[in-house]
Amino acid sequence: MANTSAATAALGALGDGTRRAIFERLARGPLAVGALAAGLPVTRPAVSQHLKVMKDAGLVIDQARGTRRVYRLDPRGIGALRDWLEDFWAGGLAAFEDYVDDNNSEETDHDDRAD
Amino acid sequence: MTIAPIEQEVTVAAPPARAFEIFTRDIGRWWPKGRTVGAKPHAAIVIEPRAGGRWFERDDEGAETQWGTVIAWAPPARLVLGWSLDAAFKFDPDLVTEVELTFQDAKEGKTRVTLVHRDLERFGESAQKVAAQLGGGWPTMLGHFADFTAEHSTQKETSR
Repeated sequence: MANTSAATAALGALGDGTRRAIFERLARGPLAVGALAAGLPVTRPAVSQHLKVMKDAGLVIDQARGTRRVYRLDPRGIGALRDWLEDFWAGGLAAFEDYVDDNNSEETDHDDRAD
Repeated sequence: MTIAPIEQEVTVAAPPARAFEIFTRDIGRWWPKGRTVGAKPHAAIVIEPRAGGRWFERDDEGAETQWGTVIAWAPPARLVLGWSLDAAFKFDPDLVTEVELTFQDAKEGKTRVTLVHRDLERFGESAQKVAAQLGGGWPTMLGHFADFTAEHSTQKETSR
């Protein structure tokens, strides 16, 4: 079963424009905080704060590289949306199956009686 | 660059025409409460019965959250819906990912219902538009996610 809360957290974190911009940059390759902040209209502390949210949401991971902390997309966050949709449809189809069972029985009974 | 479609299948105890009817007309009744995308649980879910129709949920205060549109309406065998919610669950008419449902006669009054949700890489293209407004290019989000899955080791730090 997909981890729906993780997927929702990941997607929720992407609801913010700055975080989407950070995500976009990291999709091109790993970057340190300074380099990320340089290309965005927000301060470096603000970028750090966004990165913390994204890290908590499973979207990015950080790694010490020399004296810098380098961020990249978290492979575990990959497909969060796909996982969410998978779960979404599985839950829906299971409910559909149950509903048909409960609501189509009159017709089935009728057919049986017609024998 | 594509992402594997979601494919699911279920066999229901009704003939195709009836299964199609229940799926579309009664979706608001059988869809699990609390498993929708609106801010509040749905009071109704509507799939308008024609190509070009809307697909949306409505809460008990009348607020509507659109999921997408009807692309193909071909009872009793086939229904294609366009899912237009972006990665942030906002309706984006320019983002269309296909959800195709087929209803195949499985004999003895049963129907095999298959669901394929494809074009998932388009979520990234939609994100690209958002990014353009923010003043940057935007590589396809899920596409890059998918590439990233492959864990290619050639990633280099961007420097300019």
